[in-house]
Amino acid sequence: MNRNPQLDEKGALQHLLTIEGLPREILTHILDTAASFIGVADREVKKVPLLRGKSVFNLFFEPSTRTRTTFEIAAKRLSADVINLNIATSSQTKGETLLDTVDNLLAMHADMFVVRHAQSGAAHLIARHIGPRGHVINAGDGRHSHPTQGLLDMYTIRHYKRDFSRLSVAIVGDVLHSRVARSLIHALTTLGTPDVRVIGPKTLLPTGVERLGVREFHDLRRGIADCDVVVMLRVQNERMSGALLPSAQEFFKSWGLTAERLALAKPDAIVMHPGPLNRGVEIDSAVADGVQSVILAQVTFGIAVRMAAMSILAGN
Amino acid sequence: MKILIKNGRLIDPASGADERRDVYIAAGKIAAIGTAPAGFSPARTIDAKGLIVCPGLVDLAARLREPGFEYKATLESEMRAAVAGGVTSLACPPDTDPPLDEAGLVEMLTFRARSLNQARVYPVGALTLGLAGERLTEMAVLHDAGCVAFSQADTPVADTQVLWHAMQYASTLDFAVWLRPQDGYLSRDGVAHDGEVAARLGLPGIPAFAETIALSTILQLARACETRLHLCRLSTAEGVAMVRRAKAEGLKVTCDVAAHHVHLSEMDLGYFDSHCHLVPPLRSERDRDALRAGLADGTIDAICSDHAPVDEDAKQIPFGESEPGATALELLLSLALKWAQETKQPLAKALAMVTSRPAAVLGIEAGAIALGRAADIAVFDPEDHVRVTPEFLRSQGKNTPFLGYELPGRVRYTLVNGLVVHES
Repeated sequence: MNRNPQLDEKGALQHLLTIEGLPREILTHILDTAASFIGVADREVKKVPLLRGKSVFNLFFEPSTRTRTTFEIAAKRLSADVINLNIATSSQTKGETLLDTVDNLLAMHADMFVVRHAQSGAAHLIARHIGPRGHVINAGDGRHSHPTQGLLDMYTIRHYKRDFSRLSVAIVGDVLHSRVARSLIHALTTLGTPDVRVIGPKTLLPTGVERLGVREFHDLRRGIADCDVVVMLRVQNERMSGALLPSAQEFFKSWGLTAERLALAKPDAIVMHPGPLNRGVEIDSAVADGVQSVILAQVTFGIAVRMAAMSILAGN
Repeated sequence: MKILIKNGRLIDPASGADERRDVYIAAGKIAAIGTAPAGFSPARTIDAKGLIVCPGLVDLAARLREPGFEYKATLESEMRAAVAGGVTSLACPPDTDPPLDEAGLVEMLTFRARSLNQARVYPVGALTLGLAGERLTEMAVLHDAGCVAFSQADTPVADTQVLWHAMQYASTLDFAVWLRPQDGYLSRDGVAHDGEVAARLGLPGIPAFAETIALSTILQLARACETRLHLCRLSTAEGVAMVRRAKAEGLKVTCDVAAHHVHLSEMDLGYFDSHCHLVPPLRSERDRDALRAGLADGTIDAICSDHAPVDEDAKQIPFGESEPGATALELLLSLALKWAQETKQPLAKALAMVTSRPAAVLGIEAGAIALGRAADIAVFDPEDHVRVTPEFLRSQGKNTPFLGYELPGRVRYTLVNGLVVHES
């Protein structure tokens, strides 16, 4: 049970479920492979044949357009057959269990599953069930993990900053509910980033977050001082008027990223965001569209990183 | 039927006996210890050489899943599991469907249990109707039907005024109230201890103070109402400290801990192992160590199995959606022995935690081997081990975090009322 479920007996990647516990070499290998795929999008024929004849099933138990689309594009550029299943509106409502659904798809000779689910641990459950019979990529499970997002964030940081070993990275906002934050924290600490900070109100930071290897700040101004990278997290609408936060305006007042606050970071600091943006809630439009923003580059890199992950899992 | 258990090492924690003594059983009772009564000619002789003869175990929390949840377990399967684990008396919480809030349900359960002729079943009645925390049950009627105490199982009473009145009323009639301290609001949506592991795995947390805040309320009400109070399944270090202080102050309070929490911590969740989805949640290693220390210094009165058979389908889903609970009736003795081994406590002390002391909590004549008492006895091999596998477990629930473990001790014979109900 406690063996790393992502690796096969030889230590190669069988499933991509979480950044946590993955060796530095595997993370670097994915990033390097992604770099080799960046050019594919600029070719006249935007395809490589690495997954020809393979079936990739996008299993989305939670609605998503952006992430599903980028996985679909990545798989198609690798020449795979892509089947999109929006389970939120099909079998699960008829009472079929998660693993029954997976068994049915395995019987249809699925090679790879891209899974998104509202429950933390769902991708682990499926991967444990499938074992060596296929590959699972976690495209987001509850609050737990979203490894390809973490990797594309790392790719972006490496692209602009070259070296992780001297960086200060600030992650701002709703860390408690964020699989993006957890994935990025593990990726940064694994690849040797010396200074990772999380910034937000206590209601949106997990208990004992410092045990993840980060420093905790509540004051945005102090937290982003002299940072090289500022990662803004999306604050879900449903969190913004209840016991966690009084209102979107109040959140912006203390933790929204404005040009004036960004000026406290290093002059060449980059601003990242996993999307979709809440303009005027966590980030001011002037910053989101400003020269320091690399938010759209993240999206582009995301396709290459997902191609890399799929191609490595498929054994290339 | 006359039975002789000879050559065994008799350990009776209630009397402090620990010596090689033969036990003579006649007409379902202990007829003599050490020397044969005149003209005693046994119909059966059990050679207990190298084995330990102790009182049958008393378990303060075993869910039999009847009525209402027979797909998870039946009285037959769980009673077999009980005696296979050396358990001869067990208290079952009222969280059946419907809950044990009516005399008819309690009578049916005790009748069904009695007719199986295995372990003795002591129902704990619901404190409030439907466990809804609004209206009191007919406690006097339920008591006559066989309820030994009143509890809310795992559903806290949110309305503290109702809880206050329930404890006053129970106190009036001198009934014991059993409560598992947990604040219902602070634990809402939580599935794991609010600590390092939940932070890492992204699981909604139940903070330790969900227990201690409720505990503080309960202790103050018990003090004010002079209620006989039993606290079920403590899980936190601070909770143990609070009970220690309450006992020192002279409050009429006892408490137990679930066998899982004596051995496991949040770390055992690993990669979302739903077998470790328990209530209360497995907490930090510091909490686990404090529970062990609480057993050693006597603050905690008993180890219970907190037996909760769950069907496998309800565990083969994501952790947060999986049904909490673990099967443990058959592991109770082994887990108590394991505690004694690991903490270098005397064997008799471990046995006291699953025999005489829980019997005292229940206020029943059990958990002792004494002249004239019913012959409820467990005979086990302390040198042997059990390997926990689905095949080994007689319970219908195969869900336990200890699957694959090798645990000390193996029950060889179980006697209830002077009859051998299990042997292996």
